[in-house]
Amino acid sequence: MTIWIDIDLCNGCKRCLKECPYDAIEMKGDKAYILDRCTSCGACLSSCKQKAIGTDAEPKEIPDFNDRQGVWVFAEQKEGKLNPVSLELLGIARALADELGQDVSALLLGEQVSDMSEVLIHHGANSVYLAEHKTLKDYRTIAYTKVIEDLVMSYKPGILLMGATHNGRDLAPRVARRVGSGLTADCTELSIDPEDGVLLQTRPAFGGNVMATIANRYSRPQMATVRPGIMEALKKSDRKGSVIKHEVSLLEKEIGTEILGTVTEKRKSVDITKARVLVAGGRGVGNEEGFKVLKDLAAVMNGEVAGTRVTVEEGWIPAEHQVGQTGQSVRPEIYIACGISGAIQHRAGMMNSRYIIAINKDPLAPIFQVADWSIVGDLREVVPELISQLTAHSA
Amino acid sequence: MNIIVLLKQVPNTTEVKLDPKTGNLIREGIESIVNPDDLHAIEAAVALKEKDGAKITALSMGPPQAIDALSEAMGMGVDESILLSDKAFAGADTWATSFTLGKAIEKIGEFDLILCGRQAIDGDTAQIGPQVAECLGIPQVSYVFEIEEIEKNGIIVKRRIEEGFERIRTSMPALLTVIGEMNTPRYPVVSNLLDACREKAPIKVWNAADIGVTTSEVGLEGSFTNVIKTFAPKSGRAGEVLEGDTKTQVKTLIGKLKENLLV
Ligand SMILES: Cc1cc2nc3c(=O)[nH]c(=O)nc-3n(C[C@H](O)[C@H](O)[C@H](O)COP(=O)(O)OP(=O)(O)OC[C@H]3O[C@@H](n4cnc5c(N)ncnc54)[C@H](O)[C@@H]3O)c2cc1C
Ligand SMILES: Cc1cc2nc3c(=O)[nH]c(=O)nc-3n(C[C@H](O)[C@H](O)[C@H](O)COP(=O)(O)OP(=O)(O)OC[C@H]3O[C@@H](n4cnc5c(N)ncnc54)[C@H](O)[C@@H]3O)c2cc1C
Repeated sequence: MTIWIDIDLCNGCKRCLKECPYDAIEMKGDKAYILDRCTSCGACLSSCKQKAIGTDAEPKEIPDFNDRQGVWVFAEQKEGKLNPVSLELLGIARALADELGQDVSALLLGEQVSDMSEVLIHHGANSVYLAEHKTLKDYRTIAYTKVIEDLVMSYKPGILLMGATHNGRDLAPRVARRVGSGLTADCTELSIDPEDGVLLQTRPAFGGNVMATIANRYSRPQMATVRPGIMEALKKSDRKGSVIKHEVSLLEKEIGTEILGTVTEKRKSVDITKARVLVAGGRGVGNEEGFKVLKDLAAVMNGEVAGTRVTVEEGWIPAEHQVGQTGQSVRPEIYIACGISGAIQHRAGMMNSRYIIAINKDPLAPIFQVADWSIVGDLREVVPELISQLTAHSA
Repeated sequence: MNIIVLLKQVPNTTEVKLDPKTGNLIREGIESIVNPDDLHAIEAAVALKEKDGAKITALSMGPPQAIDALSEAMGMGVDESILLSDKAFAGADTWATSFTLGKAIEKIGEFDLILCGRQAIDGDTAQIGPQVAECLGIPQVSYVFEIEEIEKNGIIVKRRIEEGFERIRTSMPALLTVIGEMNTPRYPVVSNLLDACREKAPIKVWNAADIGVTTSEVGLEGSFTNVIKTFAPKSGRAGEVLEGDTKTQVKTLIGKLKENLLV
């Protein structure tokens, strides 16, 4: 496929420049030009009001999907415990389904897991498709793919969401390929296009440097994996719903993989994702000793300490305290960033905190762009002052 | 043993900076690199070759300049490379990309193991590995950080999960997606690199016709999903800078917290 700009039609509005994820369109005078960096990704095509952007790609017909109804959620569980993301998915699925005037269903797969059906209904599902079989005891790609394929083919949902967990990101692409549909990865925002009812799926790409909104107009179900910790679960209610049992016939030899054992590594002593207040430190904290005063602040505020990757690599705090792209995603009521520059990989993990307070001596530190309240100053003065005023306040 | 390694050339996104004035990305001068996870896949393949002997073929779909990524792989010990390059492949989502790679692998023919990175740092989807495995109808294990043992018809690996790891035996042929924890990639050897740049270097270039696909099956036309909009991440925060000396700043802050019933 090739993309070009019809210079005579271009009115120099620059809309396409904003759309290009590769920064491959440039203004020369008052006309837009495509540079060598262009990968023909097509993101600019719909941006041009003048229809000046041309392509040799054949326009595709959008099939009629009127028979594809319902918003489905894969309820991930392990050893009889639901992964919290399952309830988060039900929360967003409920909102989408209400907007479409459709129902929410949860897919529950495992061995002897039926007692979780009720929890799923209480958190937003109208119905639960329950598949119980001994081959489904532990998550295995091919076994789970087969069962979900059967369900999708029988009941034809319009939307199917899974958590962007290790297992979700293993399963979803396989299912998408199997049922013949597109898939959007690791979404942080989902909504319905008011014009045509299509699911708008927004996700970070380029390591969080770019947000992209993606639509799947040509296949069903519209599938997405959703980043854990982003969507909000509904409060438990006494909602009623139905449980539909699905017969499974799977042979061990069809599955290809066998789990020889699962090793749980040293249980995390803290779970920073559950803290109401997080006091997070970065390189500016200086050393392990410097974290002491952060711990004191956390204690005063009933919170936990967290840190950037730098502080973990330096050995100032243990790895389970790391926030960010390669650490945890957190969403506390208050996030206090002390001596943290605010690199994109760090922000990816804390941007959804309710309130963000940033303390940094560099007024240009990017962390201030995401903060509600910014203090430009030396954390070695600000943090002790904060502790002393808070203690005085509560005394 | 025949091993195929999938690799992607990507822009080095960790160098991306924000323009402090406009908040836009500055992408000028960003170099292209081999996707970091893929270096670990190559290293794993070369380690297997050194241990038990293997023939390694690297496969990449991308623009003509992606040949640099393949040359680097050859420098590390890959035996043969194939670049899939055709205007028709451009604009592909993971559906179309995995289909294209799958067709090329069918043409390569024999393989026991396919190694790829878990995730590319530009598209960031981590979908290609599982989808290529599905195209070929073979099992996959994702998030692999150790190959424990190669058996007669299978392989035992360790797979990272959130709370620890799983030991998994899979039948072969199989596809593994690997993570950075797996190993430390070696540097390319200069003499190998030079060989890879020679006229007769074992790097083939295949287009759509070579792998027997039509334009409507690949690239943007063969895709189900489209990127309809991109934008810089926005914060939507109040962004209030608290003025005064430390005492005053902290006092104002505590006032704000009280106002919002946070303390
Ligand atoms: C693939 C990849 C994944 C990554 N994943 C993560 C991740 O999960 N989490 C993560 O955090 N990072 C991650 N990073 C690293 C990230 O890019 C940054 O390097 C890191 O977040 C920076 O940490 P920092 O803010 O502690 O240090 P720096 O960037 O060095 O910032 C230190 C800040 O402290 C300020 N400061 C110094 N002294 C004081 C003082 N006395 N008082 C007040 N302020 C002071 C400075 O002004 C500066 O802004 C990742 C990087 C890559 C490439
Ligand atoms: C901003 C943006 C967002 C996007 N979001 C989506 C989306 O949500 N869903 C979707 O279907 N597509 C999406 N795409 C398209 C997607 O990036 C391409 O299909 C790309 O070719 C493969 O996906 P990836 O880069 O995410 O690879 P990943 O699946 O993350 O890559 C995993 C591994 O597969 C191998 N691999 C990947 N690409 C190649 C290749 N070209 N040649 C050889 N081996 C390869 C490598 O070993 C790599 O480490 C998006 C593109 C952009 C620009």
